[in-house]
Amino acid sequence: MSGAAEKKIRTVIVDDEELARQMLREFLSQHNEIEIVAECANGFEAVKAVTELKPDLLFLDIQMPKLDGFEVLELIGTEMAIVFVTAYDEYALRAFEIHAVDYLLKPFGAERFGTALQRVKQRLGGKLPPATELSSSARPPAQYAERIVVRDGTRVHIIPAAKLEYAQAQDDYVGLNAEGKTHLKQQTISSLESVLDPNQFVRIHRSYIVNLEKVTKIEPYSKDDHVVVLANGTQLPVSRSGYTRLQGLLEQKTKVRRA
Amino acid sequence: MHPILSRMRNLGLYLLAWIPIAGMLIHSMTGSGGLTWREAIVLTVPLCLVYAFDCLAAWYPCQATPIEKSSFARLILTHLTAAVLLAVLWSAMARGLAIELERHAGFVGLDERVQKHLSLFWATGVLLYILSVTFHYVLLAEQAAREAQERALEARLLARDAELKALRAQVNPHFLFNCLHSISALTSSDPGRAREMCILLADFLRTTLRLGSRETITLEEELALVRGYLGIEKVRFGTRVQMEEQVEKDITNVHLPPLLLQPLVENAIRHGIANLPEGGVIRLTAQKGSDAVSIVVENSFDPDAPSKLKTGLGLDNIRQRLNARYGNDASLAVRTDGNRFIVKLRLPAETNGVHG
Repeated sequence: MSGAAEKKIRTVIVDDEELARQMLREFLSQHNEIEIVAECANGFEAVKAVTELKPDLLFLDIQMPKLDGFEVLELIGTEMAIVFVTAYDEYALRAFEIHAVDYLLKPFGAERFGTALQRVKQRLGGKLPPATELSSSARPPAQYAERIVVRDGTRVHIIPAAKLEYAQAQDDYVGLNAEGKTHLKQQTISSLESVLDPNQFVRIHRSYIVNLEKVTKIEPYSKDDHVVVLANGTQLPVSRSGYTRLQGLLEQKTKVRRA
Repeated sequence: MHPILSRMRNLGLYLLAWIPIAGMLIHSMTGSGGLTWREAIVLTVPLCLVYAFDCLAAWYPCQATPIEKSSFARLILTHLTAAVLLAVLWSAMARGLAIELERHAGFVGLDERVQKHLSLFWATGVLLYILSVTFHYVLLAEQAAREAQERALEARLLARDAELKALRAQVNPHFLFNCLHSISALTSSDPGRAREMCILLADFLRTTLRLGSRETITLEEELALVRGYLGIEKVRFGTRVQMEEQVEKDITNVHLPPLLLQPLVENAIRHGIANLPEGGVIRLTAQKGSDAVSIVVENSFDPDAPSKLKTGLGLDNIRQRLNARYGNDASLAVRTDGNRFIVKLRLPAETNGVHG
């Protein structure tokens, strides 16, 4: 057998409970082809470990301190094989929508675990379709992001949606402006727009999304164009269609307030 | 359904009660009454048999005129009319039977001798029917009492059912799944602790069921449940979960509805401590004021915690139960102070379980 020469599957375990990690360790130890390269007890550690170690396989708990499993994936992408491990079955659909390889429900036995590992090997051997980019459809409808997570190297920033002033498209990135700082995130402005609450955030321009709560006034700029002025004095361009959207939302809000 | 006709046993007993009645009639017609024993028996037995069934018909007017809902005049009128009618009919039947028997040998002159006794049949008939009416009212009352008892039992069962349902909502299934996962992990690494956790979990579930079925329990019992729960969570979370208890000694016998504090402590872990990598402290304080008890459950939490799970459900349930029992005398207040989450419960100080 060529077992020894074979490349090992480099694996990271993420769970905030020691006993749960211990269980995975025990099951994984039965499989020689697995090499555990890191164990993490929370989302921050997971992002750091995955960014630095680039593992092939990630066992990921969902309910964790700091960052939940889905937020971790949003930051690290789904380039590796992901197996979710959780006691909650309500996330299963969302997990498979982002092409998780498997979804283990606690408690599980060695046999079920073996099946998951089989699927992992198929995925790594290219027999299962590769994970595609995290889609915004993974988020259940009508539930908008309350916060945005941004990775800066191995560090993670969390920006509450309410504190986001505006977002600006910059090639493959968006610049997220909050509390005087700009964070760059690898995401298209359209996909960001789709996760933000449309009653609060308006796409005022091809390259700009603004938080309506932070807008102090709207001024004419030239014959057709306008600018919005934010509390800190920042001026953002408003396109013609952006102006229509902005007006529509403002009217809707006034109506609600009057009613 | 007629309570006597519908059961053979009851009918048998009822007919048995007619034997002395027939005996009395026979006795009064023989001797100085002018009838021979043979004549009296042949005449009376079939008449009594018929009238026994006639009297059972009282069930229907009794049902139609419930004693507690009908006026006295109506009761008298209904039953007296029926009694007189049936009694007249009965004495006519006695006469008819006597005429019929006269045609047979050995019953010569029977009709004439029976005619003297017709007033006896008439009077006895009225009396017996009235007795039967009374008897049927007793039966009706008994039936009503039995139905009321059944309804009460049913209501108790429904209430118990509702309690169990509430309990199912209380004992969070994910808590169970995570516990089982921890036990499963321990079975190979530390079988002794796995067994210990099984017992802790069983004790907790059993206590929850036992206490949950009672209307009130003492604060001490609730605190014991909370400690049992924490014992389990400590196996899962290790040193991340710490609890500080400050309970005034003289209020441990205060009565309160079951499962008020345990869900609060469970929330403190699920929505508070579980989101903190280093864990935190849950502080439970209970104090007695002039006439109220105030209990505070305070825990550290991460204000920027990821995807918040539904927090309101458990609190709503507690609020509803407090309201149902105490009305405005109890309250549940929730506030945050920086990274502290504080739930304050205020309820009347009852020591005997009776709400004054």
